[in-house]
Amino acid sequence: MCLAIPGKIVEMVDDQNQYAIIDVSGVKRKVNISLIKNEGVHVNDWVLIHVGFAMNKISEKEAKEQLQLLQEIGEDMEALEEVRGYQFE
Amino acid sequence: MRYIDEFRNPELIRKTLDEIERIVDANDHFRIIEACGGHTYSIFHFGLQKLLPKNIEFIHGPGCPVCVLPPGRVDEVLTIAAKNSDVVFTAFGDVMRVPGKFGSPLNYKATGTDVRMIYSPLDALNIAIKNPDKKVILFAIGFETTAPSTAITVLNAKELNIDNFFVYSNHVKIVPVLQSILDQPNMKIDGFIGPGHASVIIGAKPYEIIAKKYKKPIVISGFEPLDILQSILMLIKQLKRGEAKVENQYKRVVLEKGNVSALEIMNQVFEDRPAFEWRGLGAIQNSGLKLRPEFEKWDAEVYFNVEKIIVEENKDAQCGEVLKGIIKPNQCKLFGKVCTPDNPIGALMVSSEGACATYYNHMFSSVAF
Repeated sequence: MCLAIPGKIVEMVDDQNQYAIIDVSGVKRKVNISLIKNEGVHVNDWVLIHVGFAMNKISEKEAKEQLQLLQEIGEDMEALEEVRGYQFE
Repeated sequence: MRYIDEFRNPELIRKTLDEIERIVDANDHFRIIEACGGHTYSIFHFGLQKLLPKNIEFIHGPGCPVCVLPPGRVDEVLTIAAKNSDVVFTAFGDVMRVPGKFGSPLNYKATGTDVRMIYSPLDALNIAIKNPDKKVILFAIGFETTAPSTAITVLNAKELNIDNFFVYSNHVKIVPVLQSILDQPNMKIDGFIGPGHASVIIGAKPYEIIAKKYKKPIVISGFEPLDILQSILMLIKQLKRGEAKVENQYKRVVLEKGNVSALEIMNQVFEDRPAFEWRGLGAIQNSGLKLRPEFEKWDAEVYFNVEKIIVEENKDAQCGEVLKGIIKPNQCKLFGKVCTPDNPIGALMVSSEGACATYYNHMFSSVAF
Protein backbone atom coordinates (compact mmCIF):
# COMPACT_ATOMS: atom_id res chain seq x y z
CA MET A 1 0.00 0.00 0.00
CA CYS A 2 2.76 2.41 0.90
CA LEU A 3 4.81 1.05 -1.99
CA ALA A 4 7.02 3.69 -3.58
CA ILE A 5 9.42 3.24 -6.47
CA PRO A 6 12.46 5.18 -7.67
CA GLY A 7 12.40 6.83 -11.08
CA LYS A 8 14.36 9.44 -13.04
CA ILE A 9 12.88 12.70 -14.35
CA VAL A 10 13.37 12.84 -18.12
CA GLU A 11 11.14 15.78 -19.08
CA MET A 12 9.29 18.63 -17.40
CA VAL A 13 5.77 18.82 -18.83
CA ASP A 14 4.27 22.18 -17.85
CA ASP A 15 5.38 25.64 -16.78
CA GLN A 16 3.75 25.38 -13.37
CA ASN A 17 6.00 22.39 -12.57
CA GLN A 18 2.95 20.29 -11.75
CA TYR A 19 3.85 17.29 -13.95
CA ALA A 20 6.99 15.58 -15.19
CA ILE A 21 7.70 12.52 -17.33
CA ILE A 22 9.53 9.98 -15.21
CA ASP A 23 11.41 6.91 -16.41
CA VAL A 24 10.90 3.83 -14.24
CA SER A 25 13.03 0.96 -15.55
CA GLY A 26 12.47 2.07 -19.14
CA VAL A 27 8.74 2.78 -18.77
CA LYS A 28 7.88 6.47 -19.05
CA ARG A 29 4.94 7.82 -17.05
CA LYS A 30 3.50 11.25 -16.32
CA VAL A 31 3.79 11.93 -12.60
CA ASN A 32 2.57 14.82 -10.45
CA ILE A 33 5.48 16.70 -8.88
CA SER A 34 3.53 19.34 -6.88
CA LEU A 35 4.75 17.91 -3.57
CA ILE A 36 8.41 18.59 -4.42
CA LYS A 37 8.26 21.65 -6.67
CA ASN A 38 9.72 23.83 -3.90
CA GLU A 39 12.77 21.57 -3.76
CA GLY A 40 14.09 22.69 -7.15
CA VAL A 41 13.30 19.79 -9.44
CA HIS A 42 15.40 19.22 -12.57
CA VAL A 43 15.69 16.75 -15.42
CA ASN A 44 17.94 13.80 -14.39
CA ASP A 45 16.91 14.08 -10.71
CA TRP A 46 15.84 10.78 -9.14
CA VAL A 47 12.58 10.82 -7.20
CA LEU A 48 10.47 8.39 -5.18
CA ILE A 49 7.02 7.83 -6.73
CA HIS A 50 3.84 6.82 -4.88
CA VAL A 51 0.26 6.73 -6.27
CA GLY A 52 1.15 8.98 -9.19
CA PHE A 53 3.02 11.58 -7.12
CA ALA A 54 6.72 12.21 -6.56
CA MET A 55 7.11 12.20 -2.76
CA ASN A 56 10.70 13.37 -2.49
CA LYS A 57 14.00 13.58 -4.30
CA ILE A 58 16.48 10.75 -3.73
CA SER A 59 19.90 11.83 -2.48
CA GLU A 60 22.73 10.12 -4.35
CA LYS A 61 25.18 11.40 -1.75
CA GLU A 62 23.32 9.74 1.13
CA ALA A 63 22.87 6.51 -0.84
CA LYS A 64 26.62 6.33 -1.58
CA GLU A 65 27.49 7.08 2.05
CA GLN A 66 25.24 4.24 3.23
CA LEU A 67 26.84 1.74 0.84
CA GLN A 68 30.32 2.95 1.81
CA LEU A 69 29.52 2.56 5.51
CA LEU A 70 28.36 -1.02 4.96
CA GLN A 71 31.40 -1.74 2.80
CA GLU A 72 33.59 -0.73 5.72
CA ILE A 73 31.88 -3.10 8.18
CA GLY A 74 34.35 -5.62 9.45
CA GLU A 75 37.31 -3.97 7.69
CA ASP A 76 38.84 -2.96 11.04
CA MET A 77 38.42 -6.55 12.20
CA GLU A 78 40.15 -7.80 9.07
CA ALA A 79 42.99 -5.33 9.62
CA LEU A 80 43.36 -6.48 13.25
CA GLU A 81 43.48 -10.08 12.16
CA GLU A 82 46.13 -9.32 9.61
CA VAL A 83 48.29 -7.49 12.17
CA ARG A 84 47.85 -10.37 14.61
CA GLY A 85 48.93 -12.68 11.83
CA TYR A 86 52.38 -11.09 11.52
CA GLN A 87 55.05 -13.50 12.81
CA PHE A 88 58.11 -11.27 13.21
CA GLU A 89 59.16 -12.26 16.74
CA MET B 1 22.95 4.46 -9.41
CA ARG B 2 19.46 2.99 -9.93
CA TYR B 3 18.53 2.77 -6.23
CA ILE B 4 17.40 -0.86 -6.30
CA ASP B 5 20.16 -3.30 -7.32
CA GLU B 6 22.78 -1.53 -5.18
CA PHE B 7 20.72 -2.30 -2.09
CA ARG B 8 20.48 -5.99 -2.94
CA ASN B 9 24.25 -6.51 -3.21
CA PRO B 10 24.97 -10.05 -1.90
CA GLU B 11 28.48 -9.17 -0.65
CA LEU B 12 27.22 -6.26 1.47
CA ILE B 13 24.26 -8.32 2.69
CA ARG B 14 26.71 -11.03 3.88
CA LYS B 15 28.90 -8.45 5.62
CA THR B 16 25.93 -6.86 7.39
CA LEU B 17 24.60 -10.27 8.46
CA ASP B 18 28.05 -11.28 9.77
CA GLU B 19 28.19 -8.10 11.83
CA ILE B 20 24.70 -8.75 13.27
CA GLU B 21 25.73 -12.29 14.19
CA ARG B 22 28.93 -11.00 15.77
CA ILE B 23 27.17 -8.63 18.18
CA VAL B 24 24.14 -10.79 19.08
CA ASP B 25 24.88 -13.12 22.01
CA ALA B 26 23.34 -16.57 22.37
CA ASN B 27 21.26 -15.54 25.39
CA ASP B 28 19.86 -12.36 23.77
CA HIS B 29 16.25 -12.30 22.66
CA PHE B 30 15.06 -9.25 20.77
CA ARG B 31 11.40 -8.66 19.92
CA ILE B 32 11.30 -6.16 17.07
CA ILE B 33 8.17 -4.69 15.52
CA GLU B 34 8.43 -3.83 11.87
CA ALA B 35 5.87 -1.06 11.59
CA CYS B 36 5.19 -1.29 7.86
CA GLY B 37 3.46 -4.01 5.90
CA GLY B 38 6.08 -3.27 3.24
CA HIS B 39 8.81 -4.31 5.69
CA THR B 40 6.95 -7.54 6.54
CA TYR B 41 6.72 -8.28 2.84
CA SER B 42 10.44 -7.61 2.23
CA ILE B 43 11.55 -9.69 5.23
CA PHE B 44 9.68 -12.71 3.86
CA HIS B 45 10.11 -12.06 0.15
CA PHE B 46 13.89 -11.83 0.47
CA GLY B 47 14.04 -14.61 3.09
CA LEU B 48 15.76 -12.33 5.62
CA GLN B 49 14.18 -14.18 8.54
CA LYS B 50 15.99 -17.31 7.36
CA LEU B 51 19.33 -15.53 7.34
CA LEU B 52 19.12 -13.72 10.67
CA PRO B 53 19.95 -15.22 14.08
CA LYS B 54 16.96 -17.09 15.55
CA ASN B 55 16.91 -14.90 18.66
CA ILE B 56 15.73 -11.89 16.64
CA GLU B 57 11.93 -12.20 16.65
CA PHE B 58 9.74 -10.11 14.35
CA ILE B 59 6.32 -8.88 15.38
CA HIS B 60 4.32 -7.71 12.41
CA GLY B 61 3.02 -4.27 13.19
CA PRO B 62 -0.05 -2.22 12.32
CA GLY B 63 1.34 -0.44 9.26
CA CYS B 64 -0.85 -1.95 6.57
CA PRO B 65 -3.73 0.54 6.17
CA VAL B 66 -5.98 -2.02 4.49
CA CYS B 67 -5.49 -4.48 7.36
CA VAL B 68 -6.39 -2.05 10.14
CA LEU B 69 -9.53 -0.79 8.42
CA PRO B 70 -12.62 -1.76 10.44
CA PRO B 71 -14.90 -4.03 8.40
CA GLY B 72 -17.91 -1.88 7.67
CA ARG B 73 -15.96 1.09 6.28
CA VAL B 74 -16.19 -0.33 2.73
CA ASP B 75 -19.89 -1.20 3.22
CA GLU B 76 -20.70 2.31 4.37
CA VAL B 77 -20.06 3.75 0.90
CA LEU B 78 -20.59 0.62 -1.22
CA THR B 79 -24.21 0.39 -0.06
CA ILE B 80 -24.70 3.97 -1.32
CA ALA B 81 -23.12 3.12 -4.69
CA ALA B 82 -25.25 -0.05 -4.92
CA LYS B 83 -28.49 1.89 -4.35
CA ASN B 84 -27.71 4.76 -6.71
CA SER B 85 -26.77 3.99 -10.29
CA ASP B 86 -25.14 7.41 -10.73
CA VAL B 87 -22.61 6.78 -7.91
CA VAL B 88 -19.17 5.38 -8.77
CA PHE B 89 -16.98 3.76 -6.09
CA THR B 90 -13.23 4.08 -6.79
CA ALA B 91 -10.37 2.60 -4.76
CA PHE B 92 -6.83 1.26 -5.00
CA GLY B 93 -6.41 -2.41 -5.91
CA ASP B 94 -5.59 -3.36 -2.30
CA VAL B 95 -9.11 -2.38 -1.23
CA MET B 96 -10.93 -4.34 -3.93
CA ARG B 97 -10.97 -7.65 -2.06
CA VAL B 98 -11.54 -6.35 1.48
CA PRO B 99 -14.48 -8.35 2.81
CA GLY B 100 -17.31 -6.15 4.09
CA LYS B 101 -20.64 -7.12 5.66
CA PHE B 102 -22.25 -7.62 2.25
CA GLY B 103 -19.16 -8.63 0.28
CA SER B 104 -16.04 -6.96 -1.09
CA PRO B 105 -15.97 -4.14 -3.66
CA LEU B 106 -15.35 -6.82 -6.32
CA ASN B 107 -18.46 -8.73 -5.15
CA TYR B 108 -20.48 -5.52 -5.46
CA LYS B 109 -19.04 -4.94 -8.95
CA ALA B 110 -20.11 -8.45 -9.97
CA THR B 111 -23.69 -7.61 -9.05
CA GLY B 112 -23.77 -4.38 -11.03
CA THR B 113 -22.44 -1.64 -8.74
CA ASP B 114 -20.12 0.80 -10.56
CA VAL B 115 -16.81 -0.08 -8.85
CA ARG B 116 -13.57 1.03 -10.51
CA MET B 117 -9.95 0.34 -9.57
CA ILE B 118 -7.56 3.29 -9.66
CA TYR B 119 -3.80 3.73 -9.27
CA SER B 120 -3.80 7.35 -8.16
CA PRO B 121 -6.34 9.65 -6.46
CA LEU B 122 -6.01 11.80 -9.58
CA ASP B 123 -7.53 8.92 -11.61
CA ALA B 124 -10.71 9.23 -9.51
CA LEU B 125 -10.84 12.99 -10.16
CA ASN B 126 -10.42 12.36 -13.90
CA ILE B 127 -13.31 9.88 -13.86
CA ALA B 128 -15.43 12.62 -12.25
CA ILE B 129 -14.33 15.17 -14.87
CA LYS B 130 -15.12 12.81 -17.76
CA ASN B 131 -18.48 11.73 -16.30
CA PRO B 132 -20.26 14.90 -15.12
CA ASP B 133 -23.54 12.95 -14.75
CA LYS B 134 -21.92 10.60 -12.17
CA LYS B 135 -20.99 11.15 -8.54
CA VAL B 136 -17.52 9.72 -7.98
CA ILE B 137 -16.44 8.58 -4.51
CA LEU B 138 -12.72 8.14 -3.82
CA PHE B 139 -12.31 5.56 -1.04
CA ALA B 140 -9.16 7.26 0.28
CA ILE B 141 -6.89 5.13 2.40
CA GLY B 142 -3.32 5.21 3.66
CA PHE B 143 -0.99 6.71 6.23
CA GLU B 144 0.74 10.09 5.88
CA THR B 145 2.45 8.54 2.85
CA THR B 146 -0.74 8.84 0.80
CA ALA B 147 -2.74 11.60 2.53
CA PRO B 148 -0.87 14.50 0.80
CA SER B 149 -1.72 13.00 -2.62
CA THR B 150 -5.40 12.88 -1.69
CA ALA B 151 -5.09 16.46 -0.39
CA ILE B 152 -3.66 17.74 -3.70
CA THR B 153 -6.46 15.95 -5.56
CA VAL B 154 -9.04 17.77 -3.39
CA LEU B 155 -7.27 21.09 -4.04
CA ASN B 156 -7.34 20.35 -7.80
CA ALA B 157 -11.08 19.56 -7.58
CA LYS B 158 -11.60 22.90 -5.86
CA GLU B 159 -9.51 24.81 -8.40
CA LEU B 160 -11.28 23.16 -11.35
CA ASN B 161 -14.64 23.62 -9.62
CA ILE B 162 -15.54 19.92 -9.87
CA ASP B 163 -18.66 19.24 -7.81
CA ASN B 164 -19.19 15.52 -8.55
CA PHE B 165 -16.04 14.26 -6.80
CA PHE B 166 -16.13 13.16 -3.15
CA VAL B 167 -13.52 11.78 -0.77
CA TYR B 168 -14.37 9.13 1.83
CA SER B 169 -11.34 9.53 4.07
CA ASN B 170 -9.84 6.56 5.88
CA HIS B 171 -6.47 8.23 6.18
CA VAL B 172 -4.62 7.44 9.39
CA LYS B 173 -1.54 8.57 11.30
CA ILE B 174 1.35 6.32 12.23
CA VAL B 175 2.61 7.72 15.55
CA PRO B 176 -0.71 7.44 17.49
CA VAL B 177 -1.04 3.76 16.54
CA LEU B 178 2.54 2.96 17.55
CA GLN B 179 1.80 4.60 20.91
CA SER B 180 -1.40 2.62 21.22
CA ILE B 181 0.52 -0.63 20.70
CA LEU B 182 2.99 0.38 23.39
CA ASP B 183 0.06 1.18 25.72
CA GLN B 184 -1.41 -2.34 25.36
CA PRO B 185 -1.04 -4.34 28.56
CA ASN B 186 1.67 -7.03 28.58
CA MET B 187 3.25 -5.84 25.35
CA LYS B 188 6.84 -6.98 25.18
CA ILE B 189 8.60 -4.96 22.51
CA ASP B 190 12.28 -4.11 22.42
CA GLY B 191 12.33 -1.75 19.44
CA PHE B 192 10.84 -0.61 16.15
CA ILE B 193 11.83 -0.77 12.52
CA GLY B 194 10.20 2.57 11.71
CA PRO B 195 8.10 3.33 8.62
CA GLY B 196 10.06 4.40 5.56
CA HIS B 197 7.61 6.10 3.27
CA ALA B 198 5.31 7.66 5.88
CA SER B 199 8.52 9.19 7.28
CA VAL B 200 9.37 10.71 3.88
CA ILE B 201 6.40 12.99 4.63
CA ILE B 202 6.48 13.39 8.44
CA GLY B 203 10.26 13.20 8.99
CA ALA B 204 12.01 11.76 12.05
CA LYS B 205 10.92 14.19 14.79
CA PRO B 206 7.39 12.84 15.50
CA TYR B 207 8.92 9.56 16.71
CA GLU B 208 10.77 11.26 19.60
CA ILE B 209 7.88 10.38 21.91
CA ILE B 210 8.54 6.65 21.31
CA ALA B 211 12.16 7.07 22.35
CA LYS B 212 11.65 9.58 25.18
CA LYS B 213 8.36 8.51 26.82
CA TYR B 214 8.42 4.78 26.12
CA LYS B 215 12.23 4.37 26.08
CA LYS B 216 12.12 2.25 22.92
CA PRO B 217 14.64 2.65 20.09
CA ILE B 218 13.27 3.20 16.59
CA VAL B 219 15.17 3.12 13.30
CA ILE B 220 13.42 4.55 10.23
CA SER B 221 14.12 2.05 7.49
CA GLY B 222 14.04 1.61 3.73
CA PHE B 223 12.58 -1.49 2.11
CA GLU B 224 15.45 -3.13 0.23
CA PRO B 225 17.18 -6.08 1.94
CA LEU B 226 20.29 -4.04 2.80
CA ASP B 227 18.13 -1.26 4.25
CA ILE B 228 16.30 -3.65 6.55
CA LEU B 229 19.45 -5.47 7.64
CA GLN B 230 21.28 -2.23 8.33
CA SER B 231 18.31 -1.01 10.37
CA ILE B 232 18.31 -4.23 12.41
CA LEU B 233 22.03 -3.77 13.01
CA MET B 234 21.51 -0.15 14.14
CA LEU B 235 18.62 -1.21 16.40
CA ILE B 236 20.55 -4.05 18.00
CA LYS B 237 23.56 -1.80 18.60
CA GLN B 238 21.26 0.61 20.47
CA LEU B 239 19.70 -2.25 22.47
CA LYS B 240 23.11 -3.66 23.40
CA ARG B 241 24.18 -0.21 24.62
CA GLY B 242 20.89 0.28 26.47
CA GLU B 243 19.97 3.31 24.37
CA ALA B 244 16.59 4.46 23.05
CA LYS B 245 17.04 6.92 20.20
CA VAL B 246 15.33 7.79 16.93
CA GLU B 247 17.73 6.94 14.12
CA ASN B 248 17.27 7.35 10.37
CA GLN B 249 18.68 4.61 8.16
CA TYR B 250 16.70 5.77 5.09
CA LYS B 251 18.55 9.08 4.70
CA ARG B 252 18.49 8.98 0.91
CA VAL B 253 14.80 9.97 0.99
CA VAL B 254 13.84 10.72 4.61
CA LEU B 255 14.85 14.14 5.87
CA GLU B 256 14.78 15.01 9.58
CA LYS B 257 12.06 17.63 8.87
CA GLY B 258 10.13 15.46 6.37
CA ASN B 259 8.57 16.95 3.24
CA VAL B 260 7.47 20.34 4.54
CA SER B 261 5.38 21.26 1.45
CA ALA B 262 3.53 17.94 1.61
CA LEU B 263 2.82 18.40 5.34
CA GLU B 264 1.47 21.89 4.70
CA ILE B 265 -0.83 20.66 1.93
CA MET B 266 -1.99 17.73 4.10
CA ASN B 267 -2.73 20.06 7.03
CA GLN B 268 -4.48 22.56 4.77
CA VAL B 269 -7.02 19.94 3.65
CA PHE B 270 -7.22 17.50 6.59
CA GLU B 271 -7.73 17.75 10.34
CA ASP B 272 -7.52 15.14 13.11
CA ARG B 273 -10.65 13.20 14.01
CA PRO B 274 -11.19 13.10 17.80
CA ALA B 275 -10.87 9.30 17.49
CA PHE B 276 -10.78 6.68 14.74
CA GLU B 277 -11.61 2.98 14.97
CA TRP B 278 -8.81 0.47 14.16
CA ARG B 279 -9.38 -3.18 13.53
CA GLY B 280 -8.18 -5.23 16.47
CA LEU B 281 -7.00 -2.16 18.38
CA GLY B 282 -10.24 -0.23 18.99
CA ALA B 283 -10.64 3.55 18.92
CA ILE B 284 -7.40 5.54 19.02
CA GLN B 285 -7.47 9.27 19.75
CA ASN B 286 -6.27 11.70 17.07
CA SER B 287 -5.27 8.82 14.80
CA GLY B 288 -7.53 9.48 11.81
CA LEU B 289 -7.81 12.34 9.32
CA LYS B 290 -10.98 13.93 7.96
CA LEU B 291 -11.53 16.77 5.50
CA ARG B 292 -11.64 20.20 7.11
CA PRO B 293 -15.09 21.89 7.13
CA GLU B 294 -14.03 24.32 4.36
CA PHE B 295 -13.66 21.30 2.04
CA GLU B 296 -16.96 19.64 3.05
CA LYS B 297 -18.29 20.14 -0.49
CA TRP B 298 -15.95 17.29 -1.47
CA ASP B 299 -16.45 15.23 1.71
CA ALA B 300 -18.46 12.05 0.99
CA GLU B 301 -19.30 11.73 4.72
CA VAL B 302 -21.11 15.07 4.59
CA TYR B 303 -22.60 14.93 1.07
CA PHE B 304 -24.03 11.40 1.34
CA ASN B 305 -24.67 11.63 5.09
CA VAL B 306 -22.91 8.27 5.50
CA GLU B 307 -24.23 6.06 8.28
CA LYS B 308 -21.89 3.91 10.31
CA ILE B 309 -22.12 0.17 9.68
CA ILE B 310 -20.80 -2.09 12.39
CA VAL B 311 -19.82 -5.58 11.34
CA GLU B 312 -19.40 -8.35 13.85
CA GLU B 313 -16.17 -10.17 13.17
CA ASN B 314 -15.93 -13.93 12.85
CA LYS B 315 -15.40 -15.05 16.45
CA ASP B 316 -12.64 -17.45 15.49
CA ALA B 317 -10.65 -14.84 13.53
CA GLN B 318 -7.74 -13.65 15.65
CA CYS B 319 -6.76 -10.59 13.57
CA GLY B 320 -6.44 -8.41 16.67
CA GLU B 321 -4.07 -10.81 18.41
CA VAL B 322 -1.92 -11.04 15.28
CA LEU B 323 -1.87 -7.23 14.99
CA LYS B 324 -0.75 -6.91 18.60
CA GLY B 325 1.92 -9.59 18.12
CA ILE B 326 0.33 -11.93 20.69
CA ILE B 327 0.20 -14.76 18.15
CA LYS B 328 1.88 -15.34 14.78
CA PRO B 329 -0.46 -15.47 11.74
CA ASN B 330 -0.13 -19.23 11.34
CA GLN B 331 -1.28 -19.74 14.95
CA CYS B 332 -4.74 -18.31 14.17
CA LYS B 333 -7.49 -20.95 14.12
CA LEU B 334 -8.63 -19.91 10.64
CA PHE B 335 -5.21 -19.45 8.99
CA GLY B 336 -4.84 -21.40 5.76
CA LYS B 337 -7.98 -23.43 6.43
CA VAL B 338 -10.97 -21.12 6.20
CA CYS B 339 -9.06 -17.88 5.68
CA THR B 340 -6.82 -17.80 2.58
CA PRO B 341 -5.78 -15.06 0.13
CA ASP B 342 -8.46 -16.39 -2.28
CA ASN B 343 -11.13 -16.27 0.38
CA PRO B 344 -9.99 -13.83 3.05
CA ILE B 345 -12.02 -13.68 6.28
CA GLY B 346 -9.81 -11.04 7.90
CA ALA B 347 -8.17 -8.07 6.22
CA LEU B 348 -4.67 -9.25 7.18
CA MET B 349 -5.16 -11.93 4.52
CA VAL B 350 -6.20 -9.44 1.84
CA SER B 351 -3.37 -7.06 1.06
CA SER B 352 -0.10 -8.60 -0.12
CA GLU B 353 1.46 -6.58 2.71
CA GLY B 354 -0.87 -8.06 5.33
CA ALA B 355 1.00 -10.27 7.79
CA CYS B 356 -1.28 -13.27 7.18
CA ALA B 357 -1.12 -13.07 3.37
CA THR B 358 2.67 -12.68 3.58
CA TYR B 359 2.92 -15.80 5.77
CA TYR B 360 0.57 -17.74 3.50
CA ASN B 361 2.32 -16.75 0.27
CA HIS B 362 5.75 -17.61 1.66
CA MET B 363 4.85 -20.61 3.81
CA PHE B 364 6.39 -23.07 1.39
CA SER B 365 9.64 -21.20 1.02
CA SER B 366 10.45 -19.96 4.52
CA VAL B 367 11.93 -21.64 7.58
CA ALA B 368 9.57 -19.61 9.77
CA PHE B 369 7.32 -22.70 9.77
